[in-house]
Amino acid sequence: MKKNVQNALLYRREGMAGKFVAEKVRNIPPSGIRKFFDLVLEMDGVISLGVGEPDFITPWHIREACIYSLEKGFTSYTSNLGLLELRELISKCFRKDYCVEYNPKNEVLITTGVSEAADLAFRAIINPGDEVIVPEPSYVSYKPSVSLAGGEPVPLATTLENEFRVTADDIEKSITDKTKALVLSYPNNPTGAVMGKNNLEEIADVVNEYDLAVISDEVYCKLTYNGNHTCFSSISGMRERTIVLNGFSKSHAMTGLRIGYAAGSEEIIGAMTKVHQYAMLCAPITAQMGAIEAMKNGDGEMKKMVREYDRRRRLIVDGLNRLGLDCFEPKGAFYAFPSVKSTGMTSEEFAGRLLKEQKVAAVPGDVFGDCGAGHLRCSYATSREELVEALGRIEAFLDTL
Amino acid sequence: MKEILEILENNPKIKPEEISTMTGMTQAAVASKIKEMEKKGIIRKYKTVIDWEKAGEEYVYAIIEVKVALRDRKGYDSIAERVAKFPEVRSVRLISGDHDLSLTVRGTSMKEVAFFVAEKIAPLEQVQGTVTHFVLRTYKEDGEILFEKERSERLAVSP
Ligand SMILES: Cc1ncc(COP(=O)(O)O)c(C=O)c1O
Repeated sequence: MKKNVQNALLYRREGMAGKFVAEKVRNIPPSGIRKFFDLVLEMDGVISLGVGEPDFITPWHIREACIYSLEKGFTSYTSNLGLLELRELISKCFRKDYCVEYNPKNEVLITTGVSEAADLAFRAIINPGDEVIVPEPSYVSYKPSVSLAGGEPVPLATTLENEFRVTADDIEKSITDKTKALVLSYPNNPTGAVMGKNNLEEIADVVNEYDLAVISDEVYCKLTYNGNHTCFSSISGMRERTIVLNGFSKSHAMTGLRIGYAAGSEEIIGAMTKVHQYAMLCAPITAQMGAIEAMKNGDGEMKKMVREYDRRRRLIVDGLNRLGLDCFEPKGAFYAFPSVKSTGMTSEEFAGRLLKEQKVAAVPGDVFGDCGAGHLRCSYATSREELVEALGRIEAFLDTL
Repeated sequence: MKEILEILENNPKIKPEEISTMTGMTQAAVASKIKEMEKKGIIRKYKTVIDWEKAGEEYVYAIIEVKVALRDRKGYDSIAERVAKFPEVRSVRLISGDHDLSLTVRGTSMKEVAFFVAEKIAPLEQVQGTVTHFVLRTYKEDGEILFEKERSERLAVSP
């Protein structure tokens, strides 16, 4: 009775349907990105460095493959796991790039983007109360997904001094007897940090010692500018513990097609497939057809895009440093993560004023975790002309301070 | 070197400073590399792709396929080089298939182009025959799309 009265008071302002919303969902904090997005929407003439997706449109040969598949009438469901041909191509790619074997029949699952794959991974392994360590700053969806799956996300701060890499020591300090899993997300959104093989090996030791599972989101693996990416499951002993998440959104500019995959041991992929078959049934067949084309013939266009990102990366990092916004060298993804601490402003103040006064949108770093405070995420997935213009506007803004 | 060329191919107006930042080479190195490539003829010229139709100029373009009878051991080079000297001829290519040379010719009217072919190309001794295709519209030139460009309809901010 008392609870009902409380609820009535709580929900009165939101209309009567609010009472139906589950507590778990209610407790998820509103997205900082969303808030900023609403601000930007109200303005004209904004140059946005706030976009987390490629500015390239999906390469034409991939779009053509999608169109062709529609013309041929491929509009049905596929197997829950996804088209076998695509799983075979992915499995081959793991072997070729990282010398890791995944059986395409039961160790690769095609999903509706890495987003779904991450959600499935958490739901497949988390028991109520299990803790999942999430190194930050990080992509915004891990923590809520862990919570929705009934787990406890445990944020773990990384630092500029260590170029935003997570260390074995840090992880060890966050471990409790409830720790079930660790999220790894390198190359990293929003910092552009990467982890070398030696860094990963240190982490593997801790993972082994404390018997953890690892969810490794490697969606930016093709976007590295300083040596090749190392897949976490290729580290000795890690294959059975690791769920590798990957996709086509970033490497092949296929964000809106919604296609990704997970690879792992048969038991875990089986568990994820159980959830996936009821929640999603299968990934969209048109996107799967596009992904097959991307795997078969997409390397050329992909490398061209990566070369272009690299040029922009140098342009923006050099520009920001010259303006006195200290920016360590991001070695992957398409984000620069400069510090605005020298201005004495918080990220949010800086981003808000920069937007209002000079119409440049960049996302405040603390959106990606408390330790991102004092930084901005500047995406360089935008044309060189716009980057140069944005740098000019940032300079004009700094001059007024 | 290829990196510099790739950048220049798409934008000859770009400043050496910018190339230097984008490639990580020093400005001096970029400048001297470009000079060297100009001297060697790797960089032939800096040109502008113009939509003449939009500029209101009535240029007529035609693709001329030329069948060549080889007379002596000089091969195709001698006829190709001869044809190339006409300023009306914008490009000359040796091609496989039914014909041997493919020319692009520019004039100010169809008549002018037709007469140019009839009077200057067809009568050449090695030329056995020509086929003239008038260009009605150009959709893409030198890698540049001339119709409305696609724009990415991205949201202004996304995670
Ligand atoms: C680290 C990271 N993981 C996953 C995603 C989402 O990928 P997908 O489009 O495959 O769902 C993003 C998108 O911004 C990302 O930055």
